[in-house]
Amino acid sequence: MADFEVPELEEIPVVPHIKEGAMSHSSPFISKEQFQEPLGFPGELVPNWEEKVYEKMDDLRKRYRSFQVYLDSCVKCGACTDKCHYYLGTSDPKNMPVARQDLLRKVYRRKFTFAGKYFPKLVGAVDMDKDILDEWYSYFHQCSQCRRCSVYCPYGIDTAEISMAAREIMDSVGVGQKYCNEIIGKVFKIGNNLGLPQPALVDTLEGLEEEVEEDTEVAVKFPLDVKGADILLVTPSADFFAEPHVDGLIGYAKVFHETGASWTMSSIASEAGNFGMFIGSYENMRKIARRVRTAALELGVKRIVFGECGHAWRVAYSFLNTLAGPWDFLDPRYPVPQHICEYTYDAIQAGQLTFDKSENDWRTMTFHDSCNVARASRMGPKPGGQFDIPRAVIKAVCNNYVDMPAETIKEGTFCCGGGGGLLTDDLMEIRVKGAKPRAEALKQVTENNGVTHMAAICAICKSQFTKVLPYYGFTMDQIVSVHQLVSDAIVLTKKDSDQAKSESDSDE
Amino acid sequence: MGIEVNGKVLETDEEGYLANLNEWEPEVATAMAKDEDVELTDSHWEVINFLREYYEEYQIAPAVRVLTKAIGKKLGKEKGNSKYLYELFPYGPGKQACKYAGLPKPTGCV
Repeated sequence: MADFEVPELEEIPVVPHIKEGAMSHSSPFISKEQFQEPLGFPGELVPNWEEKVYEKMDDLRKRYRSFQVYLDSCVKCGACTDKCHYYLGTSDPKNMPVARQDLLRKVYRRKFTFAGKYFPKLVGAVDMDKDILDEWYSYFHQCSQCRRCSVYCPYGIDTAEISMAAREIMDSVGVGQKYCNEIIGKVFKIGNNLGLPQPALVDTLEGLEEEVEEDTEVAVKFPLDVKGADILLVTPSADFFAEPHVDGLIGYAKVFHETGASWTMSSIASEAGNFGMFIGSYENMRKIARRVRTAALELGVKRIVFGECGHAWRVAYSFLNTLAGPWDFLDPRYPVPQHICEYTYDAIQAGQLTFDKSENDWRTMTFHDSCNVARASRMGPKPGGQFDIPRAVIKAVCNNYVDMPAETIKEGTFCCGGGGGLLTDDLMEIRVKGAKPRAEALKQVTENNGVTHMAAICAICKSQFTKVLPYYGFTMDQIVSVHQLVSDAIVLTKKDSDQAKSESDSDE
Repeated sequence: MGIEVNGKVLETDEEGYLANLNEWEPEVATAMAKDEDVELTDSHWEVINFLREYYEEYQIAPAVRVLTKAIGKKLGKEKGNSKYLYELFPYGPGKQACKYAGLPKPTGCV
């Protein structure tokens, strides 16, 4: 099945012995000129690139105080060494967060610290060269920016931010990653990561309406570009395209139907994900986020709700106001934005939804906390809502629920192994190996508690697990959307959609 | 990179997808399948032909539910699901079948 060695699953937690250079061959496809230029990056390695690297590093340390603090403050205590899923899965010591960061830190030291300038050998400072650039390209694409290491760092050093900066520096000298940069270009040109044009969206959504009506005999709507709707749903384009994502989208539509909401999706903002964050490019992240503002203004909506998408939720929850605000034209009674789980949870609390939980009795569920939801955002009004709300939704629709071991969930959750711009086939080896800690935790509850399925609220997690779980003896359909469970249990009590009857207000 | 079909070498990308959609001919699919030890049956061709028709109209590969529904209509309802499509194209209908049909690889969180 694989042309590399798939690791054996062990009892967690096991810290492996180091294997020097075990993953030094891993390197994603380089972006060609055609994918670099729409993002404002040079098409190939620029002349005098070493100097440009220092200039960009100087620019970043001045723009982001955090970046310099992280580079200066590490004392090499080692608390992070066994916290990264890529180190646990590959044994490559350069995948210890401290060592990965040091690939950049050693160059920073040489140029920007007193000791590094005058006594480089004493402090391990080195000049930039092509070998180091190649090593950056390899190992900064073996970090999914999941921020698990930063939870355990006594200084709170955020490796994700260092990986983002490294990628931004590389892009600025013409060394970009094909996967991320081609996708960002599609968002600018077409409106979403997949490159689904508006007519294809219409065709896909009409198909879903027919499918749901055949299944339920209820006309649940999937509205697109409806002016004057109350709610704009921004969801990952994978929700239109792939399984199990689409079953989640069907779940959102059924919830909106039952709450009598007036809602719409947008062909301009037909993507929740924001790959600008993965490559550390503020300018691209902002441009991607502004589409949501454009869509909200053009459609005249009052609220914005995000679908199940992990990194999108970080950008949406934590940065949307500064990137694309102010949102003073929206209804001030609702947070901007809201998560679909929050929306469903509130509807459950308000008694608006009826469920037949026995529909999910054939499953025993567990929940995978997606890294960027767990560690980079919140959900709802209370601390910990990002952990409690999705679990509360699952428990409202399923009778059988078991959590994975405590050190592998919530703020200590293991990344799926495919986040941060690594969800591409040319990185399959690191993806499979990086999924090992999660697969071990899942195996434990499968064997001990009879868990049959794992739910997630991130398009990347869902695609990644669909692909990599089979390497560890699971089946691809063991990963499901949270709203797929909602969809299976919800009892549709309204025969016609309120939206179909009128486009007038239907405030709950 | 390239693939040799009918005495001509056609350009492909790093992963073997055809660089120019217009250069596709049925022998491209046959040659690609042969490289991966897949023998193309009529059922494979139903999928490949549908992908090409859909792409021509919408400039994108069909979403999985659009594809399974269309195949269900053509080959019978019991075949209108992704399990059947994975039997035909074990590396994933989206990716492997698109490659044989000369379509670009679907990108994004899929």
